[in-house]
Amino acid sequence: MNFQLSEEQQMLADSAQRFVRDHSDVEKHRQNKALMPLDTSTWQQFAELGWLAVPFEETHGGLGMGPLETMVLLQALGEGVIMAPYIATVVLGGGFLRHASTEQQAKTIPALIEGRLQLAFAVEEYERVFSLENTALKGEVKGGDVVLDGTKACVMNGDQADQLIVLARTAGQPGDREGLSLYLVDANADGVERTPHRTVDGRQGAEIRFNQVTVSDAARIGELHQGHGIARTVLLEGLLALSAESVGSLSVLLNDTVEYSKTRKQFGLPIGKFQVLQFRMADMFIAMEQTRSLLMAATMKWVEGHDDAEKAVHAMKAQLGRAGRKISQEAIQIHGGMGMTDELNVGHLVKRVTAADGLFGNADLHLMAMAQTA
Amino acid sequence: MDLRVPEQEKAFRDEVRTFLEESLTPEIREAGRMVTSVFAPVKEAMAWQKILNDKGWAAPHWPKEYGGTGWSVTQRAIFAEELVRAETPPLIPMGLHMCGPCLIGCGTEEQQQEYLPKILSGEHFWCQGYSEPGAGSDLASLKTFAEKDGDDYILNGTKIWTTYAHYANKMFALVRTNRDGKPQQGITFLLLDMDLPGITIEPIVGLDEVAEQCQVFFDNVRVPQRNRVGAENDGWTVAKYLLTFERGGQEYAPGLNVMLEKIRLMADKQQTIHGPLSSDPLWQHKLAALEADVLALEFTEMRIKSALSAGKDPGALSSMTKILGTELLQKVTELRIETLGAQSVIWQPQALVPGEDQPVIGPEYALTAMPHYLNSRACSIYGGSNEVQRGIIAKAVLGL
Repeated sequence: MNFQLSEEQQMLADSAQRFVRDHSDVEKHRQNKALMPLDTSTWQQFAELGWLAVPFEETHGGLGMGPLETMVLLQALGEGVIMAPYIATVVLGGGFLRHASTEQQAKTIPALIEGRLQLAFAVEEYERVFSLENTALKGEVKGGDVVLDGTKACVMNGDQADQLIVLARTAGQPGDREGLSLYLVDANADGVERTPHRTVDGRQGAEIRFNQVTVSDAARIGELHQGHGIARTVLLEGLLALSAESVGSLSVLLNDTVEYSKTRKQFGLPIGKFQVLQFRMADMFIAMEQTRSLLMAATMKWVEGHDDAEKAVHAMKAQLGRAGRKISQEAIQIHGGMGMTDELNVGHLVKRVTAADGLFGNADLHLMAMAQTA
Repeated sequence: MDLRVPEQEKAFRDEVRTFLEESLTPEIREAGRMVTSVFAPVKEAMAWQKILNDKGWAAPHWPKEYGGTGWSVTQRAIFAEELVRAETPPLIPMGLHMCGPCLIGCGTEEQQQEYLPKILSGEHFWCQGYSEPGAGSDLASLKTFAEKDGDDYILNGTKIWTTYAHYANKMFALVRTNRDGKPQQGITFLLLDMDLPGITIEPIVGLDEVAEQCQVFFDNVRVPQRNRVGAENDGWTVAKYLLTFERGGQEYAPGLNVMLEKIRLMADKQQTIHGPLSSDPLWQHKLAALEADVLALEFTEMRIKSALSAGKDPGALSSMTKILGTELLQKVTELRIETLGAQSVIWQPQALVPGEDQPVIGPEYALTAMPHYLNSRACSIYGGSNEVQRGIIAKAVLGL
């Protein structure tokens, strides 16, 4: 057993922490109150730092790293208001590309690593409580093609993506695990109608309507009707990444709250001297460390292929929702009025953690999934 | 003890319903549906107040001789319930619910005649100058100083979290007139014009990206002494009188019941792989827990009204309802975002601005969920934080 970071992992953490120190700027971030184009200079720096290459094989120009390194990187980035669409493009998008055909990989992975390709996973649908099995968007198989028809909701980075990974129902009914297929679709293809929007966490996404979009069978990732397995694998890695980023944010929410309570005076004392607040901050600390432990449990079990790895990932996502709620709400309450403004890191990180619970199934859903996972 | 509603009050309910049906404009209704805060959009809320005032119904809680309606406690409860049911925007409280009752209780006859009619008509838009950067929960430590100069005071200092100061033309404020002795003893309650020379206002943008709060700066601002309410250095008594209205005058249960009903309708529309979310036992359990809490709160609020109508002091029950009402509101907004999942992550605050005609992305019923969740975090901070309210219960009720 070894919980120490390797030299390589430590370098990754250091460089990400340095990046946050130099580039996380809440004052600049809060000026963005409208849809913005992709911050290409930040994305190019990610490419130059090698971060876009993290999860890819060395034969593709990648660094041959995995979820452990992604965890280390995102935990550090999560400590700041860095909004680059790393999870959408590299973790989720890149995750699917690792399962794509050799031709698809050759066309996409080098471009992604160089920072020239944006991706998005189109999975959520309106009025459908999240689960992969609940997918309804229709994919009608016609000869060698598939015709996509329906709408995907809140596609993170869907506004910037060049290629979309679309989960479609090619057979069966919502609820069936069978009959799901994955397609790599040009985001600007005929019949793809995107309505970009901001998301509460300071990022962006899109509603994407597929109006009878014909996609060649060569664009399929994985077997026809058997997309669930790949989708689940990539989704679970996405959940680990989302959780890692939020753990970074939670640690800042805790630290900033504790620091504030040491300087903010009321009734002649720093408010941190009041036992009622001390106990609450002690509980925030406990919730924070429990979340960090679950993140490590889930990530390490997943990487090593333990039998209970999936269960641990569900536990992690549920903990992110529950501890995230608690720590966020206490951070605002203890900051008082200042916590309600968009002037501090606190507000922006609270929004990030709140969004993370809302995406890909909330705490209740993942507890239920955990209960039902063998 | 009896819960039945007498016949004549059923007729009253019909009268209120008919009036609402006939007088609510589409703009006011839209603003009411889009409310994500206890502070409604200004233009529509004031338009609604004007309509109510023309009918004589702007301030049912005021004594009849000052412009109230003379309704029974039950009638007032019915009226409040119907306003919530019709999803009208809440009236902005600083004048009607705070300054008005305070002047009725503590103001001179001259002040009452000067200000009360204009509070009702909306000609005067009030804001509350209480908190300061260094004086929040510990309000009595406030430092904004009023120095006597002839017939005037000269004000220096700053107020913060002043809701809608950028729309207001009047402020009621607590200022320090004596730095000696206990902090509570040197405070004076003043009324002032917001366009006086030396006042600057800086809006503060909130988590929901709305500038609801402001910081207000006073640089040698001259205020006539006749604008004082109560005696000099006795402003704390006036403020305490007013705070009982801020904390206890509000009813939370009717609004919470409407929100819960709407959440159930939303859950009917969300499909899980086993059917609608509203039929999921785990979700039902969460809803039921909140319904039970809201039913209890509804009756706690009725106990307060009943005590008031019998001329009794409900005491610390008003601190209790402030804690319960605000924390239940927060939990209800939390269940709503949980019910909506990723649909609540879509962020489109412009679509909430009345009259903007911004097309809504996703189901329209999801639009207010996240802004309201975020905004409602303020409810346990303002009006005396919930920590302060718990302190009051511990001290005043439990004798600790």
